[in-house]
Amino acid sequence: MTDKRAAPAAPSRLMIALAGGCLFGLGLSVSRMIRPEIVLDFLRLRDLGLLLVLGGAAGVTLLVYQLAPRVLRGPLLGGSFDSRPGTLDRRTVVGAALFGAGWGLCGVCPGPALAGLGAGLWPLGWAVLGLSAGAWLHGLYSSR
Amino acid sequence: MALFPRGWEHYLAGGVLIGSGVSLIYLATGAVAGTSSFFSAEWSWVSGLPFFRQARWRQERVWRLVYAAGLIAGAGLWRWRTGVALTTAVAPWRLLVGGLLAGFGTRLSGGCTAGHGICGLASLKRESFVAVPVFLLTAILVAHLLP
Repeated sequence: MTDKRAAPAAPSRLMIALAGGCLFGLGLSVSRMIRPEIVLDFLRLRDLGLLLVLGGAAGVTLLVYQLAPRVLRGPLLGGSFDSRPGTLDRRTVVGAALFGAGWGLCGVCPGPALAGLGAGLWPLGWAVLGLSAGAWLHGLYSSR
Repeated sequence: MALFPRGWEHYLAGGVLIGSGVSLIYLATGAVAGTSSFFSAEWSWVSGLPFFRQARWRQERVWRLVYAAGLIAGAGLWRWRTGVALTTAVAPWRLLVGGLLAGFGTRLSGGCTAGHGICGLASLKRESFVAVPVFLLTAILVAHLLP
């Protein structure tokens, strides 16, 4: 039996993705994390505000991720809670180091790059271009 | 030294909003909503590389595209309601090269500040507890070395 509501592209699920993305983009804007200078100031330890952004976001998510599977039988729109196991190997560490190097160089990571465009921070288009090219190179590397 | 020279309330409020967005998606659909997978998933529309032809990307590319549109729309809404115009003085080459490194790295590592930093830590995933300190320390180092 297939549950049509559980198809990844079912309209109700897309509405939720849009609403969730909106909240995310709003949060990135309210916190000003879309501005590379804010991120770079954090990384240079001049303004530790990003700890509150990460802490606030991870705190709320921790509650929901840990409670929802215990309280609910499944997600409200059907399907199941994603519990895909992750992998921990050399790539996790090397990738994180490369990601950190890029993040420290430009002060932009994937979420703020997209949200920044929405807020009219047009130079972040360069970062979106770079991120897309980087993801393609990873696909090329992983296709060997 | 002031820990939060720009104040702290807006940082916490922003974090709670971000967490609410990620939580809403999980509660309603069960999906773990990192943001860097978007950059892999969308290549599946055009690229013939075996990596991008995996079923996973074809299944995820539509909702991830809509999710990205939401990120853009949410920030656009904020810009429109507040009238605040942000700018950046970071040079284009730094944004491009930094983005390239970050894009390759985050996909190799399996997550970014959202995927590992928010979703991974909140799922108590072992690899995220390794990745987050590694990328934080590397980023702090690079940001200090390059003025």
